[in-house]
Amino acid sequence: MADGASVSIGVTAPRQSTGRKTTMQKFAQRRSTTGFLLCLPLILLIAGFVIYPAFYAIYLSMLNKKMTAFVGLGNFQFLLKRHTFQLVIFQSCLFAVTSVVLKALIGFVLAHLMHNIPGKNQKIWRGLLLVPWVIPLALSTLTWWWMFDPSYSAFNWVLNQFGFANVPWLGVGWIARFCTIAVNVWFGTPFFMIMYLAALKSVPEQLYEAAAIDGAHGLQKLFYVTLPMMRNIISITVLFSLITTFADFDIVRILTAGGPQDMTHVFATYAFQVGIQSGDIPLGAADSLFMFPILAFAAFFVLRGVTQRTKEIAA
Amino acid sequence: MAEVSVRKVVKEYDGGVLAVKGIDLDIADHEFVVLVGPSGCGKSTTLRMIAGLEEITSGEIWIDGDVVNDVPPRDRDIAMVFQNYALYPHMSVFDNMAFGLKLRKFPKDEIKRRVDDAARILDIVPLLERKPRALSGGQRQRVAMGRAIVRNPKVFLFDEPLSNLDAKLRVQMRTEIKKVHQTVRTTTVYVTHDQIEAMTLADRVVVMNHGIIEQVGTPNDLYHHPATRFVAGFIGSPAMNFMPCRVQDGANGGLDVRVSDSITVPIPPARLDRYGKFKGKNMVLGLRPEHLFEYHEQGKPGWSRVDMLVDVVEPMGMETMVHYFVDGAAICARVDPATHAAPGEMMPLTADLNQMHLMDADTGKVV
Repeated sequence: MADGASVSIGVTAPRQSTGRKTTMQKFAQRRSTTGFLLCLPLILLIAGFVIYPAFYAIYLSMLNKKMTAFVGLGNFQFLLKRHTFQLVIFQSCLFAVTSVVLKALIGFVLAHLMHNIPGKNQKIWRGLLLVPWVIPLALSTLTWWWMFDPSYSAFNWVLNQFGFANVPWLGVGWIARFCTIAVNVWFGTPFFMIMYLAALKSVPEQLYEAAAIDGAHGLQKLFYVTLPMMRNIISITVLFSLITTFADFDIVRILTAGGPQDMTHVFATYAFQVGIQSGDIPLGAADSLFMFPILAFAAFFVLRGVTQRTKEIAA
Repeated sequence: MAEVSVRKVVKEYDGGVLAVKGIDLDIADHEFVVLVGPSGCGKSTTLRMIAGLEEITSGEIWIDGDVVNDVPPRDRDIAMVFQNYALYPHMSVFDNMAFGLKLRKFPKDEIKRRVDDAARILDIVPLLERKPRALSGGQRQRVAMGRAIVRNPKVFLFDEPLSNLDAKLRVQMRTEIKKVHQTVRTTTVYVTHDQIEAMTLADRVVVMNHGIIEQVGTPNDLYHHPATRFVAGFIGSPAMNFMPCRVQDGANGGLDVRVSDSITVPIPPARLDRYGKFKGKNMVLGLRPEHLFEYHEQGKPGWSRVDMLVDVVEPMGMETMVHYFVDGAAICARVDPATHAAPGEMMPLTADLNQMHLMDADTGKVV
């Protein structure tokens, strides 16, 4: 500041001080550098546990069973021709789509019921309904397995009380498929309920009042106000649940282990059976990679819709 | 178009809070009535009860000759403009305005004609394809009004529609609302806490306080003949000055109002009969700032000189507000900007007592 009065302090002071710093100090002080350093542990974790295994799986899927030779897309072609794998694709899609649709529907209805319970009681019900979602899935599935068990089945006991015959819950293909879906719906519905409840609470009450005055009755309010206002959250929860349901392992593994006659296998359990239990790791890797394009396709369209609507609606 | 009647309407919320304590109000066809009052006075509750958004605890609400107590909002044939506009964010301006007509299954060309007409009245034709997000506050408010106009309802209800706008836009939209009412002539009930909005818009103003109606009248009525101290203080800006006082015998058989040891003014002869019976009682003198101005040598009958110690001077350009303290009461005068006024100095003023109001100190009633 030797030259005096006319120079503003705010402009000159930082220049003078940065002039003395080394390049390294300057680099460390940049906001982007700090941000990167703070994110580094996460980046390393993702690289180690997601990116590396993903690429390794791609590499593995292109090897022969003994992992000694490169076979290109041979494993994929082999899988697609196999009847069991065709069943796996069908069951995975059936399992994921049916479960997600049911979870979304039941979650939506429950959220509405919950939304209309006044005050304190709502908290109690909300807590109770969240229980399935917070119990470790493997444990709760074991309980379900027990309830479906041919000898000790609680459901069969109830049926017997009413004079009906025993049902082989996990012993017949389509019934077993139904059971795996039912358990998944039981487990996943609370997540939908809580997300939809939050979304419902964020719809301004005045929109309903405006709709009431405009002439809308209950169902019309649902279709013209509630659903459009919740579309983003519905899309995101459905996508998220589709991903986790497609990748589900615990329920099928514990309830049926893929049986009877491989009719309940999904990608994950089949990959486990082929790759780990039968020792064909490349084939297992190829199997698990089939999920990727299906989910990427869904994610692309859902997220594009979400971005568009967010731009339109956000005030 | 329709008359609206509110008869002995009470609203009690859970927990025994009485928001509206049995009010009666008749609104004529084509009339523009403004409910005004401070927060929590029950004006919005009253409007929402007329709309059917709030159930009434007892009493009756009539619209166009029918009791509508149990009629849901959608069948009352009313339209409402909300403070936060309440536009559907996922619909375009056109769809927002057309929504009520679509639900009522109007033919498409009729919907288009009505929306276009309303858009022309409100000058929002270029905005019809936009989403509410892409509109400014003023434009959103116009769309909200458009949504009401297209329906051609029996009654318009406005719930503080200008509160979210900035001061300049508020003045502009106020004029727009008045213009729209002059065009469509629909019976209108308008709620605001802003007394200037109430005065400028209303055919009749309803002043509410603590769940009751204090006074109903034309803006001029309320300004010149307030019925209670509350109305006198609420209507007019800056607010009326209130000074505790006592009526006592004056010179030549007249009466004086004694405000303080130093301020005693004579009551104009025309008011002697009216105020005579309050001699010796504790009263409150009400005088608007515009009736307390710079001292004129050549006075008129009813004008009286008072001297007060200046506290604060606020020049506003076309006038100057001067504040004083008299026995703990804050007093404001509206003086000519050319008048000399300096804090800490005594200042001579004229009180135009022809415009005075005298209130019972206990009941607050203007006598």
